[in-house]
Amino acid sequence: MKLNKAKGLVAVAAVSLLLSGCSTAGNTTGGTMLDKLGKNEGTLTLLGWPGYAEDGSNDPAVDWVTPFEKQTGCQVTFKSYGTSDEALSLFKTGQYDAIAASGDATLRLIAGGYVQPLNTSLIPSYKDVYSFLKDRAWNTVDGKSYGVPHGYGANLLMYNTDVVKPAPTSWDVVFDKASAYKGKVTAYDSPIYIADAALYLMKHNPELGIKNPYALDTKQLAAATDLLKAQRANIGEYWSDYLKSIQSFETGNSVVGTTWQVIKNSMSAKSHVEAILPSEGATGWSDSWMISSTSKHVNCAYQWLNYIDTPKANAAATEYFGEAPVTQAACDYSSDKNFCASYHAGDEAYAAQIWYWTTPISKCVDGRTDVKCTDYTAWTKAWQDIKG
Amino acid sequence: MTKNSASAGALTPSTPARRISSYLYQHGKARLRLLLAAPLFWLSLVYIAALLMLLVTAFWSVDEFTGNTKVDWKLDNIISLFTDPLYIKVTLRTIGVALAVTIVDVLLALPIAFFMSKIAGPKLRNILAISVLLPLWASYLVKAYAWRSVLSNTGVLEWLLKPLGLETPGYSLFGASLTLGYMWLPYVILPIYGGLEKVPSNLLEASSDLGAGTFTTVRRVIFPLVLPSIIAGSIFAFSLSLGDYITINIVGGANQMLGNLIYTNVGTANNLPMAAALALIPIAIMFVYLGAVKRTGALDSL
Repeated sequence: MKLNKAKGLVAVAAVSLLLSGCSTAGNTTGGTMLDKLGKNEGTLTLLGWPGYAEDGSNDPAVDWVTPFEKQTGCQVTFKSYGTSDEALSLFKTGQYDAIAASGDATLRLIAGGYVQPLNTSLIPSYKDVYSFLKDRAWNTVDGKSYGVPHGYGANLLMYNTDVVKPAPTSWDVVFDKASAYKGKVTAYDSPIYIADAALYLMKHNPELGIKNPYALDTKQLAAATDLLKAQRANIGEYWSDYLKSIQSFETGNSVVGTTWQVIKNSMSAKSHVEAILPSEGATGWSDSWMISSTSKHVNCAYQWLNYIDTPKANAAATEYFGEAPVTQAACDYSSDKNFCASYHAGDEAYAAQIWYWTTPISKCVDGRTDVKCTDYTAWTKAWQDIKG
Repeated sequence: MTKNSASAGALTPSTPARRISSYLYQHGKARLRLLLAAPLFWLSLVYIAALLMLLVTAFWSVDEFTGNTKVDWKLDNIISLFTDPLYIKVTLRTIGVALAVTIVDVLLALPIAFFMSKIAGPKLRNILAISVLLPLWASYLVKAYAWRSVLSNTGVLEWLLKPLGLETPGYSLFGASLTLGYMWLPYVILPIYGGLEKVPSNLLEASSDLGAGTFTTVRRVIFPLVLPSIIAGSIFAFSLSLGDYITINIVGGANQMLGNLIYTNVGTANNLPMAAALALIPIAIMFVYLGAVKRTGALDSL
């Protein structure tokens, strides 16, 4: 889901990191909940993944921001980011009213007090959102909702049907049996990929006691790290740029590895690849729109959160990006009639097998209180060690 | 217009511009200071101050809870550069790639530069000079992605090598070194070409008149004379490879270099102090390299 768009943004990220580093320590309150909507402020500044708020300037046919501006009088300024980590450092500057964040960033935003709890009764479209996307670990803390869903998807297993035989049903083709495809295995290049290994261990090595792939104590993280270090010997390349992944499957440089539905859908017809949800289940993402705790345009932000979950806007946004919409009603508005079926929208059994990205934090997200879990910093260091 | 020409024609003009000009004419030191103010400002504030900030940040740390940079003076980051096996391994790998790229580039550049400066006629020389410079017109990213397709399993290299029973190196350290070698070649050819231009051709004739063979001439006449240029070229290739992280990402397969570690520490890990500490490694290596070069005396004749 991470269109690794512009390396130039690194410079921006670096500068903003520098600035945030110089500023005072983050506020830890988190703002108060709004109890009633007021007058729209007229402007709104949004931060999100590329393609999350299109106003027709990239493609005149793709525009769901202009209708919103006409409806509410809130003039939207949108900035896109390339990775969750970049999003975090940009949002910390306090220049943005709302952010569309993945689960690997949301808890960091909540813990840092950068976003405010939401009064969902002020967001009429929220009631139609699939119930399996509400009140989850990545958008709700202590019973308070901090985000409304934008779209969701799974990290699938893609393989080349000419090379990978028999057809795999398990992630073991990229872990224990990966040596059969040495040098042609691919994996997602981010510390959050450690969760994929943890999920595999959760199903195959129950003695480790992993209950949630995002809640790993030191011993469990070490086991996942070892598995990934063994996998490293068979990796051809890691990917974070989805165009790079498409190309390497098309040329046969990669034959098996993690993918997204949108990548599968973008592959040319003559490339013999298949993408499946393996028997262990998979990791995935569910992105949430959240409102800044210091926003001066809260009413416009609430309007946006409501608007993005209305069927027409949600269908346009998720279909453009390539992920499942968050309401059943949105399926009626998709331009491709198979859209919801191909992304398994609303398929609860399918969704139940997805472990959505959640930020690993030291307070275990699986509810354990007797141990301290490893946090994202530890995961990042482990990821560097794995890549070697 | 008439007024201006009238005052310009006067014997003692007193427009402000004139007054400044005559002041500067009389005060040589002030003139020099003004001239150097802009470049010195750039060098000291933008360049050196930024580097010093970097150096200082390396001694700070990151607050685990808020993720903000914390100003406390610790040597932890610097120490881990020498104790963490990951950093040592990646540093050695980076130096290895940079050295390989430099050596290959110098070996390729020497004959090309020699041909351009001593053998080719003026017309051919111009064509060659343009061809060497031409790749610099394309964006760095475009060239890296072009090599991604060249090195792929269905790429040109595979097609060329298959009849010989070989296969493409694919996305690997070797592939990355190849791509980097291609990228920096013009920066190595140009200084060596410039150096060879300055070697009088009659020295080569004199050498052969005195009975020296080709290799003796190269070793005892040409090489010592163009050594400063070779070193100048090698500094380009070596330092540019040392800091690279984009090429290795595109064609380097799963390998990482120092640049990638710095990048992930800034972008992913949100650990600016560690990134700063890692950034000191290439700086230290370049200091050692330049120090060694200075000892050979090559810098004096640059």
